[in-house]
Amino acid sequence: MSVLFSGGFWAFVCVVAGIYTILALGLQVQFGFAGLLNFGQVGFMAIGAYTMAILVVKEGWSTWLAAPLAIAAAAAGGLLLGLPTLRLRADYFAIVTIAFSEIIRYVATNDTSLTGGSQGTIALGAVGTASEYNSGWSSFQTHVGHALGISTGDTTMLVIVWVVAIILLTLSWFALRTPWGRVLRAIRDDEDAAASLGKNVFAYKLQALALGAALAGIAGLFYAWEFSFFSPDDFQPLLTFFAWMILLLGGLGRVWSVPVGALVFGFIFAGTRFLNFPPFTWVASDERAYIRLIIIGLIIIVLVVLRPQGLLGKRREMVLE
Amino acid sequence: MFLQLVANGLVTGSVYAIAAVGVSLVYGLLRLVNFAYGDFMAFGAFVAFAVNGPLHQSMIVAALAGMAATAALSLVLDVVLWKPMRVRRAGFMSLFLASIGLALVLRQSLLLAAGSAPRSYTVNPYRVFVLGSVRLSDAQVIAIATAAVTIVLVGLFLALTTWGRVLRAMADDRALAAVAGIDVAGATRMAWLISGLLAGLAGVLAAMVEYSFDPNFGFQLLLPVFAAVVLGGIGSAYGALLGGLALGLAQEVSTWSGFAGGVNPVYKPVVAFGVLAVALLIRPQGFFGQARAG
Repeated sequence: MSVLFSGGFWAFVCVVAGIYTILALGLQVQFGFAGLLNFGQVGFMAIGAYTMAILVVKEGWSTWLAAPLAIAAAAAGGLLLGLPTLRLRADYFAIVTIAFSEIIRYVATNDTSLTGGSQGTIALGAVGTASEYNSGWSSFQTHVGHALGISTGDTTMLVIVWVVAIILLTLSWFALRTPWGRVLRAIRDDEDAAASLGKNVFAYKLQALALGAALAGIAGLFYAWEFSFFSPDDFQPLLTFFAWMILLLGGLGRVWSVPVGALVFGFIFAGTRFLNFPPFTWVASDERAYIRLIIIGLIIIVLVVLRPQGLLGKRREMVLE
Repeated sequence: MFLQLVANGLVTGSVYAIAAVGVSLVYGLLRLVNFAYGDFMAFGAFVAFAVNGPLHQSMIVAALAGMAATAALSLVLDVVLWKPMRVRRAGFMSLFLASIGLALVLRQSLLLAAGSAPRSYTVNPYRVFVLGSVRLSDAQVIAIATAAVTIVLVGLFLALTTWGRVLRAMADDRALAAVAGIDVAGATRMAWLISGLLAGLAGVLAAMVEYSFDPNFGFQLLLPVFAAVVLGGIGSAYGALLGGLALGLAQEVSTWSGFAGGVNPVYKPVVAFGVLAVALLIRPQGFFGQARAG
């Protein structure tokens, strides 16, 4: 139980919740604002993380040039996915987006010369060279830590991730209140009505998709920096479903419900680590990981059935159809 | 070499086709994209494994047990999960997300019960049938023969029997079918029953063809199966049959060296989605789909 009382562990939980906040905010922009049923969000995260790591390790770019390009690459991925698929019916679109994220993962697993393959970022550089992509980030993190008088790296990361998350949340909150945001919501509520008012529905949807993808790209950057190693297995569809669960836990169509959902999810996910009392002790500790995911699956089902607007969502504003 | 790939493609395609019909039947009736279907397949494969391995029964008995258990599972889930959701008038998105939650629960339960170690049926993997330049394993021949019979039976069932007509009528226009006095509750049960039987069968056949399988293998099959369903047009059972066969063939034949050197076999799943993307660009509702969901 000692880990339960360690500050480092909970700081880590909050860092991950911050990264999930940014990832799920992207989904909120796509689904909560524009009604797009994207189930491939993790693919954009992978594009962000890999683009940055490849540019830094293979091309020797500075982190501060590679990071914006990685975000742009994720957004471009959104445009590329959207152009042929946004005209599809919602159910077709949902399936095609999962397929997209799986294709990204297949390519990352098998195109070893580009991504290091299933060994992950360790195999990015040539044999015998250190393939660290995060030295630029680490020194920045240390600087920030010194400036703020924080001694542990976990806490520094916590501050940075949440400052960025809050900036992005605030920007999204304002964006939703601009005429652009109002058109998006109009499209979400009644696509034909928006089209009949002369709005270019396709262009708006494409923008929302690309914007959400860029947010996922940012989440991918922080994911890469936080763990200083990643492999294609980190970008399983499961991560997209976690982001959806966060959206449902928080509430649909609202910006500030996303961090609430992410924190609740983070604590559920971390809390299920501590299932070390009967009946859970009847199974081996490595098998308790299965129980954790069973519980998460059950929570998704219960939420969808009992509160289709999400815990903090407003029923009048938006309900999962 | 080319003929061998066509034969392999028919094997893969017929497994996809059976599963795709199962997904499509339920979608047609309930507008439910069943994301847990891959895990239904894995469930069937593992029940069959329990009967075939520890219980030492023949593969035929094992397959039938797997099918029956999977059908029972889908009927029970309809009562405890999908029916309450229908009563609450849950829409397409809610159903989709709930099925994702269900997929997690099923797969992790299977991992908990059976462990993550790969399993194999006690069938002979080395017996080979030679047909001209084509060599097929025991499992492949069984899969292709069983699938052919199943596909014909399903086709006849949909075309000729009353229940088949009811299912197709409801897929076309649920409201109109209900007004015409069709037993909606009975048709729903029938759809789950057949869908479950097909999931169990497809799971057992896929497990035999792949030889070694673990609880995750159903999910890996799910996306090509979905691609087959979308290719055929969601909700169209005949479309799903054709979509499955077409995708299986496309996946295997794309690796043929005569095609500009062929695609690296690890990218077979990507080929399936590539075919799907091109098909959707030409015909956004699939081969046999309706332009708008009814």
